[in-house]
Amino acid sequence: MDSKSNVALKASEPPIADSEPESESAARSTHAIPIPDQAPAVEPRVPFSTWLKTTGIRYGVRTLALIVALVFWQLASTHGLHAYVNFENIPAPSVVGAALITELTGQEFYLHILYSMERVAIAYGLAVVIGVLLGIAMGRSRWAEDIILPYIELLRPIPAVAWIPLAILMLPTEQASIIFITFLGALFPIVLNTTHGVEQTNDVLIRAARSLGASNASILRHVILPGAMPSIVAGLAIGMGVAWFSLLAGEIISGQYGIGYYTWNSYTLIQYPQIIIGMLTIGGLGTLCTLLVRSACKPLLKWQAKGGRS
Amino acid sequence: MNHLSANDNRLAVLDHRRLRDKSGQADDDRGHILVTDVDVVFDTATGPHVAVQSANLTVRPGEFICLLGPSGCGKSTLMNAVAGFVTPTRGDIAVDGAVVTEPGPARGMVFQQHSLFPWKTVKENVAFGPLMAGASRREADSIARTFLSLVGLAAFETAYPNTLSGGMQQRVGIARALANYPSVLLMDEPFGALDAQTRIMMQENLLEIWQEFHNTVVFVTHDIDEAVFLSDRIVVMSASPGRIIADIAVKLPRPREQSLLTSTEFMALKRQCLDLIRQETLNAFQQQNKAG
Repeated sequence: MDSKSNVALKASEPPIADSEPESESAARSTHAIPIPDQAPAVEPRVPFSTWLKTTGIRYGVRTLALIVALVFWQLASTHGLHAYVNFENIPAPSVVGAALITELTGQEFYLHILYSMERVAIAYGLAVVIGVLLGIAMGRSRWAEDIILPYIELLRPIPAVAWIPLAILMLPTEQASIIFITFLGALFPIVLNTTHGVEQTNDVLIRAARSLGASNASILRHVILPGAMPSIVAGLAIGMGVAWFSLLAGEIISGQYGIGYYTWNSYTLIQYPQIIIGMLTIGGLGTLCTLLVRSACKPLLKWQAKGGRS
Repeated sequence: MNHLSANDNRLAVLDHRRLRDKSGQADDDRGHILVTDVDVVFDTATGPHVAVQSANLTVRPGEFICLLGPSGCGKSTLMNAVAGFVTPTRGDIAVDGAVVTEPGPARGMVFQQHSLFPWKTVKENVAFGPLMAGASRREADSIARTFLSLVGLAAFETAYPNTLSGGMQQRVGIARALANYPSVLLMDEPFGALDAQTRIMMQENLLEIWQEFHNTVVFVTHDIDEAVFLSDRIVVMSASPGRIIADIAVKLPRPREQSLLTSTEFMALKRQCLDLIRQETLNAFQQQNKAG
């Protein structure tokens, strides 16, 4: 199973990472964690002992790596480690854990998550539709590329936080402003990866389709889109990571709900354990949603998984 | 290798063809190619490049011809012009009386390699042409199965192309081109990337299929043995500019088998082609040396 996911990785186009480092790490982390999937029927069944020796050990190492960090954090906090990096005011994992249990038993915390999920869903949905359409246009038409690309190159490096004032000025509601900022974050990686994928289309396949009588619309549907799919999926996964990261910036605006607001508000109220809970929740939800995107797209890429490409 | 399966598969193919031909032309008259005074000139960074010069060629319906020549002699360009991928700079090309302006399913194309849609299964690849021609999914699937049987790959219909060997992929490519019942089959060095043993098997397999359909075949190759073994006529081309320099009739008996490869007649034809190509290659070298 492990070797299979490696093959799939090698076969997919290298994703264009957004210039922001967060998106890069989002891409890397999704690559590093194999997505659970059903092995196709033709795949020989791997004996459990072999699985334990290879994949099992690797998961063990990963878990252990996290535990080491937790133990270090606990010790550093309880002993007030202060060696350039200061742990004196950082709540220990045990304190954060206790606070988390309190949050989980209440209702407020879920409401925050729900609000954030809703915003990400709307913003991401818009980004997928618009991003893929723009990407196809740019990949297929030099005109479209020349018109759209300058905007993308100019706007892409602007961090989400910098959009807050304009978003408030331009859009009627706070909700719309937050969704706009989240949407922008997700949009760029999706556009660029779609463009890249569409531009990579193998010319021989287009010629083959034309000689078989395919119209331009059929070529788009049967040749260009499926060929660009590995790259598009990479863009969708990166876009989801960036969407969560941008959401936090957007929710600084909100005076009501949202996990970003929760984190920011905890900071102004000096509730340190809650800050950490907010951070970890965003990280966890971001990773979870990225995994969801990847497994939702898996059926579209199943042709890649079987055997190596020659 | 179980190339051609039982007779009922062939009958099924012919049945399909008969159904199709009710509305169309009579079978034996389809596939007439007429190339008249064709030049193909490409604009390159170093100025215009004449890929094909003053090509004149007539191919009769049901004829199997090979375009033979060293690489860069314009044989693929000429074929691409017949396919409709390249527009002649001068002159015109007509197939069955209609001037070629764009690619179409009447001229089936088999490419060198890697031209199957990797995201479609073997069956979906072959069914693609019929689907584009407006067949229902069920009809297209049935046509695809028939043609996969014809090339001996019925058992692989659900496989993806990347799980097949190079030879198998090319057989799918042939089945895919034939599934549109083309009057002309254009093949651009289809076996060039295969090992020698597989190549011979593929050549025999192709001749068997052709015997069944008897459509016109234009086969591009730089392999003299292949050209002599397969064709009714060998059209020899020379490089820079690409010109037709000889048109050699191959009157070897059919069906052709591997034993033919060592016969005296085969050797004589091979020698004839070899001399022509050697002379042309030498000329090309001398030109390059003068230029350099």
